Amino acid sequence: MSRIHVAAASAALALILASCSRPSNLPTGELKAEAQRKQAPNFTLKDADGNAVNLTDYRGKVVLVNFWATWCGPCEAEIPWFIEFEKKYKDQGFAVLGVSMDDDGWKSVRPYVASHKINYRIMIGSELVSQQFGEIESLPTSFVLDREGRIASNHIGLVDKVDYQNEIVKLLEAPKNSAMRDAGTGVLAGLTGASVRAGQRP
Amino acid sequence: MLPLDLRPGYHVNSNKPSDEYLIPLRLTWNPGPLEAVGFVFPQPRMEKYSFSEKPLSVFTGDFQIVTHFKATANAAPGPATLTGKLRYQACNNSMCLPPKTLDVSLQVEIAK
Repeated sequence: MSRIHVAAASAALALILASCSRPSNLPTGELKAEAQRKQAPNFTLKDADGNAVNLTDYRGKVVLVNFWATWCGPCEAEIPWFIEFEKKYKDQGFAVLGVSMDDDGWKSVRPYVASHKINYRIMIGSELVSQQFGEIESLPTSFVLDREGRIASNHIGLVDKVDYQNEIVKLLEAPKNSAMRDAGTGVLAGLTGASVRAGQRP
Repeated sequence: MLPLDLRPGYHVNSNKPSDEYLIPLRLTWNPGPLEAVGFVFPQPRMEKYSFSEKPLSVFTGDFQIVTHFKATANAAPGPATLTGKLRYQACNNSMCLPPKTLDVSLQVEIAK
């Protein structure tokens, strides 16, 4: 019978787990001023029924894009809030899109969606989509988009329900097509100026 | 024995998580001159986190996983390297990191 000597070998195996993580509470929250908002990257992902979901199809709505996973406890805590938001604000032009980052895709996600009675659209994410949104390294990570499809706020990690709710309500209450409104105002102002100039006496 | 050190504030699910969707801590060894015949994990802690209604079965801080090996019939005497994988998934009180699989190796001396 062979004997095994492993003395002194274990020290070399010491592993430091979770050593490459982000800080636990990055600044998140308040809505960005409209001028500072960047257009959200578009994605096309399939939902549970195999239908393609294009983010651009949601232009005109306030959208909460939530990156999550079935193995993520903090993500699970948010799900009842999102279910409530979807019910409460859907008719006002709001939608939640859940992008799952589960490696095994629908195998885990489909039963989870059923057991948690999720009422909003769920898609399976990809590395590409994660990169497009700035390397999603920790979950949950959520983006709240205004009606023009711009990122109005982002949240990394679990935040208060009321923070989401306040942002959603503010964005829903903001005048629709504010970008076009602003542009229109500018054009109108220009025309007004031109007409005044045209009406001026030489 | 595999010593592990978790960053303060983080936890990993134990080898027997309290929820079916949580990813367990798992150590596996590749086939080689030694065969793993048993693992000894520490006693998990049942910790309550703000995001969870129920306490979760987790490991935190420093801990060790002990593997019991037996030599296979064709194990030759002399030095050998055992290789394996450690799969874990870590969270803190507000966020989770994606599951990771780390390569682990162990130098052993097999004697007659």
